[in-house]
Amino acid sequence: MDPREGGGMTTSLAFLGVFGDGIDFLVRERQGRGGGNVGGLQQTGELLWGHIKLSIAAMLAACAVALPVGVVLGHTGRGGFVAVSVANIGRAVPSIALIFVFFAWFGAGFFNVMLALALLAIPPILTNTYVGMREVDRELVDAGRGMGMSAWRLVRSVELPLALPLVLAGVRVSAVNVVATATIAPLAGFADTLGDPIINAGVYGDEGRVGAAMLVALVAITTELLFAAAQRAVTPEGVKLSRGGSRQRSHFTNRRVPTTP
Amino acid sequence: MIAVLAQADGFFRDRSGSSCVENNGVCPGWIADHLDRYVDPFLQHVWLVVASVTLGLLIAFPLAVLAYRRRWLIAPIANVTGILYTIPSVAAFFLLLPITGRGPLTAIIALTAYTLLILFRNVLEGLDAVPEEARDAGRGMGLTERQLLWRVELPLALPAIMAGLRIATTTTVGLAALAFFAGAGGLGEPLEADKAFKSNVLVAGGLCVLLATFLDVVILLAQRWMTPWTRARAAA
Repeated sequence: MDPREGGGMTTSLAFLGVFGDGIDFLVRERQGRGGGNVGGLQQTGELLWGHIKLSIAAMLAACAVALPVGVVLGHTGRGGFVAVSVANIGRAVPSIALIFVFFAWFGAGFFNVMLALALLAIPPILTNTYVGMREVDRELVDAGRGMGMSAWRLVRSVELPLALPLVLAGVRVSAVNVVATATIAPLAGFADTLGDPIINAGVYGDEGRVGAAMLVALVAITTELLFAAAQRAVTPEGVKLSRGGSRQRSHFTNRRVPTTP
Repeated sequence: MIAVLAQADGFFRDRSGSSCVENNGVCPGWIADHLDRYVDPFLQHVWLVVASVTLGLLIAFPLAVLAYRRRWLIAPIANVTGILYTIPSVAAFFLLLPITGRGPLTAIIALTAYTLLILFRNVLEGLDAVPEEARDAGRGMGLTERQLLWRVELPLALPAIMAGLRIATTTTVGLAALAFFAGAGGLGEPLEADKAFKSNVLVAGGLCVLLATFLDVVILLAQRWMTPWTRARAAA
């Protein structure tokens, strides 16, 4: 039984102590319970890099599938029901169940975990891309058509730039979710993520568990902030103005994932 | 009896000698015989979800009404709930453990925190979307601000509020599958205990999806029942 969890946790000083120990673990190497050395900047860096590598690979795979499909469905206006219900179905499947489905059927390792994460990331991107494309003012699309734009040109110069903020909102939701879920990758046989000290506290100790949990939270928040900034950067000035003028609720329109009524 | 459930791979499967079970396959026979082992985790799961979403609504709803009246509160509340929403639940469980200890309390706190942004946003959007004419009509009839809220604004905001409740509920069903990390049981516990066994993954994961779908439909029906005027409008 973990001595930390039993008593002595009631004073605020001790409470700070646990989190202080966690930070200490991240920067200073020490002897782990299993005998080998754990913690320290080098190991933290390796786990962090593994975590980021896995998340980026999964996001690239998800974007490679979801963006083209969303753009085509959005441009043609077909398959709207599918595009929107994908988000609802995606929400109902627990991320950990999806990871274990891939583990049970295809085995352990980086590639299978990555595929499971990618599958997890597809629905918000696909749905937001579709909705973003559909929400483009029809008059603008007609104007483009009237100017003799080809379908490809219309997508590239009119629809996609206007849909981009919503597309990125979907990417942002997925990226944060993927970063969060990469934490449980060690359960499916890919140990090089920040989830390893969290799951294998027997090896890393409780300081490792708390330290890694803090770092995972930090990575997720950083991801969220980065994408929020990117989203602001790609929002065309005109769209920003019209939103600021007519709506007071711009806090939320940025991160919405639509649902079926 | 159920407390020892899922503590070891060996316990979870009886060594019946069935080749399907030994090959980690999908075995209808095994599933039919062992469904009872999922009953308690399932009920724990339901409890975690219902408690967290209810608590979330009890917190988010007054916050949204307050922010609706005092607009300057929107940004700080949205930012704080946004950060809570962003923190991965596994990390949240282990950051709470030193404070609240292992058990359902830790899981429910983390899951509740996760629902706040969704519920706050939807309640506020629902209230904001109430037509000004409806408000004026209410005021003209001599309603006080409080009566206006409960008799005019809230009923009209219900569809948006219920939509938020549906999103929050299905999301929480998924996250509650991680609650076993906090020692709070749920379907994640049997799921993780024998994750190489396809039958087990299928049943535990499938029950999560079923639960999410079921709760979603229940809330949708409740919404239809509570807002009969939307049906009348659709029919007209």
